[in-house]
Amino acid sequence: MSPRRADTGGRIDRLKTIRFTFDGIAYTGHGGDTLASALLANGVTLLGRSFKYHRPRGLLSAGVEEPNALVTVLKGEVREPNIPATMVEIHDGLLAVSQNRFPSLAWDIHAVNQLGGKLLSAGFYYKTFMGPVVGPLKGTRFWMFCEHFIRRAAGLGSAGSAKDPARYERMNAFCDVLVVGSGPAGLMAAKAAADQGARVILADLEPHFGGSANWSGETIDGAWATDWVRRTVAQLAARDNVRLLPRTTVWGYYDNNTLAALERVSDHKEQPAKGEPRHRYWAIRAGSVVLATGAFERPLVFPGNDRPGVMLAHAAERYANEFGVLPGQRVVLFTNNDSAYRSALALKQAGAAIVAIVDVRPQPSAEMSALAGETEAELLSGHAVVATEGGKALSGLKVQRFDMVAGVLSGDARSVHADCLLMSGGWSPTIHLASQAGAKAEWSAARQAFLPPKPTQKWIGAGAFTGSFSTVEAIAEGRAAGLAAAGGTAAPAALPSVEAIPGDPDPAPVFEIRASGKSFVDFQHDVTAEDVRLAHREGFVSVEHLKRYTTLGMATDQGKSSNVPGLAIMAEALGKPIPDVGTTRFRPPFAPVSIGSLAAERFGDLKPERLTPMHDWHLANGATMYSAGLWYRPMIYGLSGETVEQAYVREAKATRESAGIVDVSTLGKIAVQGPDAATFLDRVYTNMFSTLAVGKARYGLMLREDGFAFDDGTTWRLGEQDFLMTTTTANAGRVMQHLEYFLDVVWPELKVHVTSVTDEWAGAAIGGPKARQILAACVTGTAVDNATLPFMGIVHGEIAGVPVMVCRLSFSGEMAFEVYSGAGHGTHVWEALIEAGKPFGLVTYGLEALGTMRIEKGHVTGAEIDGRTTARDLHLDWMLSKKKPFIGSAMMDREGLVASDRLDLVGLIALDNRPLNGGAHIVEEIDEANPRGSIGHITACCYSPALGKHIALALVKGGKARHGTRAHVSDPLRNRFGPVEIVSNHFYDPEGTRMHG
Amino acid sequence: MLITCPYCGPRDVIEFTYQGDGNRERPDPVSQNFEAWNAYVYDRLNPAGDHNEIWQHSGGCRAHLRVVRNTLTHEISSVAFVRGDHGSAARSKAEDKP
Repeated sequence: MSPRRADTGGRIDRLKTIRFTFDGIAYTGHGGDTLASALLANGVTLLGRSFKYHRPRGLLSAGVEEPNALVTVLKGEVREPNIPATMVEIHDGLLAVSQNRFPSLAWDIHAVNQLGGKLLSAGFYYKTFMGPVVGPLKGTRFWMFCEHFIRRAAGLGSAGSAKDPARYERMNAFCDVLVVGSGPAGLMAAKAAADQGARVILADLEPHFGGSANWSGETIDGAWATDWVRRTVAQLAARDNVRLLPRTTVWGYYDNNTLAALERVSDHKEQPAKGEPRHRYWAIRAGSVVLATGAFERPLVFPGNDRPGVMLAHAAERYANEFGVLPGQRVVLFTNNDSAYRSALALKQAGAAIVAIVDVRPQPSAEMSALAGETEAELLSGHAVVATEGGKALSGLKVQRFDMVAGVLSGDARSVHADCLLMSGGWSPTIHLASQAGAKAEWSAARQAFLPPKPTQKWIGAGAFTGSFSTVEAIAEGRAAGLAAAGGTAAPAALPSVEAIPGDPDPAPVFEIRASGKSFVDFQHDVTAEDVRLAHREGFVSVEHLKRYTTLGMATDQGKSSNVPGLAIMAEALGKPIPDVGTTRFRPPFAPVSIGSLAAERFGDLKPERLTPMHDWHLANGATMYSAGLWYRPMIYGLSGETVEQAYVREAKATRESAGIVDVSTLGKIAVQGPDAATFLDRVYTNMFSTLAVGKARYGLMLREDGFAFDDGTTWRLGEQDFLMTTTTANAGRVMQHLEYFLDVVWPELKVHVTSVTDEWAGAAIGGPKARQILAACVTGTAVDNATLPFMGIVHGEIAGVPVMVCRLSFSGEMAFEVYSGAGHGTHVWEALIEAGKPFGLVTYGLEALGTMRIEKGHVTGAEIDGRTTARDLHLDWMLSKKKPFIGSAMMDREGLVASDRLDLVGLIALDNRPLNGGAHIVEEIDEANPRGSIGHITACCYSPALGKHIALALVKGGKARHGTRAHVSDPLRNRFGPVEIVSNHFYDPEGTRMHG
Repeated sequence: MLITCPYCGPRDVIEFTYQGDGNRERPDPVSQNFEAWNAYVYDRLNPAGDHNEIWQHSGGCRAHLRVVRNTLTHEISSVAFVRGDHGSAARSKAEDKP
């Protein structure tokens, strides 16, 4: 005998046939089937092999808590492992395979692990694979070699390596009331809140709303509960203020009532609709939340409780009532509470024979005895199941007299023939989200369960979630919760009436029947009751340690069915009540979440691009672009056939011989304005700015509060109270934030306003012996001679009809000018400059040539101002004013910051005439075999056309004192070793005669 | 986590930049008291409970805010402009209107 499809019943569309494949065999199912229900209807009871012992396993449950029947779903090249078969909706062409078996599910060679059960007890891996500490394998990687095979033998499904072609989406949603769970409580809450006009989101992880009403067999308001659900959902769907999210698991509860949910949009379809994502990640900000997440039924722990055919009682009820599938023909129930009697009746009505109801309680109530009579089952009260029989499917079980107070078995074991054993160990409210929201669960001795804590965030519980397991209570609590969440008051209207089978919600405090044989607590991680006791004997007294040592509750199901039984067994071993042993805090996610949904659209290159006003011109004129932070800047303007080095050497050389122009629009620019602007700059910079004349610029250096160098740049005094500060490209944002912090927090009395104007100005730096002539040829409205425009002077004029601001300053070391115009005129002015420069041999140059010329001049950039260097290290101590305090002045003279062996800036010349590498170490004595003894490193390097040599800037220990001495570069990674000469960082024109002209 | 900016209203924490412990006091700029400077630059309170913090609404109005946040629950009990109440001038103007 085996499971089969009943002729009637359930919400299965028997007219619709769906073809799917499991482990290479073709099966059919019906519309509305899950993979679990369809396989069960086909008589397939063996769905997986267990994690450690490779024991045959079948379905334990019918929902998200399923620990056994994990499958891998294949879609094209993509494989998604570890999905409970109970959560897979079948569709035509569905391909699924079982896991953790070799070569096949029925014949798995690792099943021999069962024979070595004692060896594979808790902590087996920790104890055995420490790595040999003595013997010939000591210090070898032998244990890593073993680990490879162990990991193959013990485990879950394997992840695919193919690129996931599916699309994922992220949605932000806002609502007044989020209702999680759509059983009678959730539906009532959603309806009550919606009636108050609140914006409501109703989410349920199942494809169909209704929760227990879909299979309880009860009547609500005189109709089948399923009809009541249909009607209520239709009413909700018709409302504008309600959003229904089926197939949506709310998996995280975060601060400020922010919840995370995963909607499985198209997993259940053969092909997603056009534009439809596979999964959608919802970030929901809810005014308040109604938690109506129900409860999970607990297994009982007894020998052989994992054999295929042993199932949770309500799960069988669900398969029968919701899917029209009978999980067996001859059914035995094993229970410590009343709810299993209803399950027995449901299966009886669906056509199964109920052989016996085994109840650990000595005297079930008269109502339950009557129910047992109705099912024509033998009622074995004060009994327990002590063994199960059969191979890959259940064939029978053994029952023995049991005293639940003493926990003692007595009398002879009696055999019962059955193909299905349904167990019920009581119910645990699904309090995961409430636990995530912050508070600790409270143990209820009556319910033998952890009940939700007092809310620490804005949520209200309803129904089984609160430990109110009856539908009558769920409906009343649901409506009250929905009303309260929406800020309404109790409605006078009558509540829907419920006709339900009665039952006491409190189970007997029995979790385990101790008899010989493996009794499983955590089915997915193969943790037995004996493993828990072993952990106790070995001294693991904290529940957190117990979890880690035995791995109880740490599988993909996160112990949804095993946490409480595990805790109860531990409590018994410790001789403590359960609440004293404690429970662990639940953490997100409630159920596994696809990584794709978390990333959603945010993959690939996510950075915004910042383009200068002249960007298109650069592209049109042969520039090779280079990304610098978010900016794109020309690297070189290469001629055909030129290498990068040839290009930058040509550009730099031409600039020093005639003139070159470079786009400097990316420099950070901050307008510093107000009556106290000069005072502010005196505090921010190490040097004086209050003494700077209007119409002049000055180079400035900033330190951090801790005395290290922070940024440098020129600041121009455009008016008495009006400065334009420039920063390095990379530090623009940080400098802005630094200035804002000091103005807001430290010196709120200063009347200064700072504005980022980086994007308002286009900048072009034109330098070289002919630069002034070029400017003279195109600038109108001002002279540009030495008297009008001296070094660091500023003039205003026009180029090609556009107002420009010209400042004479130099980064290249040549006579140079920075020409600023409004960003919108950038290309216009740039083109005018290019045109004016043609007769003078003006070249455009990129970052490579810019870098080359700055290295030749020994100027510092972010490579040297790296957060570890001081002004003195960079030989900028001449900029440290002694006349005033400034940011960093109090800390910059600390012992460690003025030590003589600090790394300081030097120049290097390669004596072997070969290129140097950035990051290479400098050593006194070379030792290629055993590189060591670094005295510093290279920060920037290039071939210098001006010197005809390979040169570099470097930070070297006591560098200044080493000028004129020899050292070596040691770069084992790139195998570059060789002699260098340490020189001053000012390689070229150290007196500055060229720029001063 | 949401921070209610006095200008912009409740906004997600990603719009803000944490700017550190709000209890620090910068010594007098000319002070040579090295201990005081060292404490200012390096010492930070790390309470389990209410903490006085500086946050910048860097993705919004860019004002620096003094936020009292419970480090255990992320509950925010007060938010104010570090610089004083910018809104006071605007509000009194509004009140002047008939």
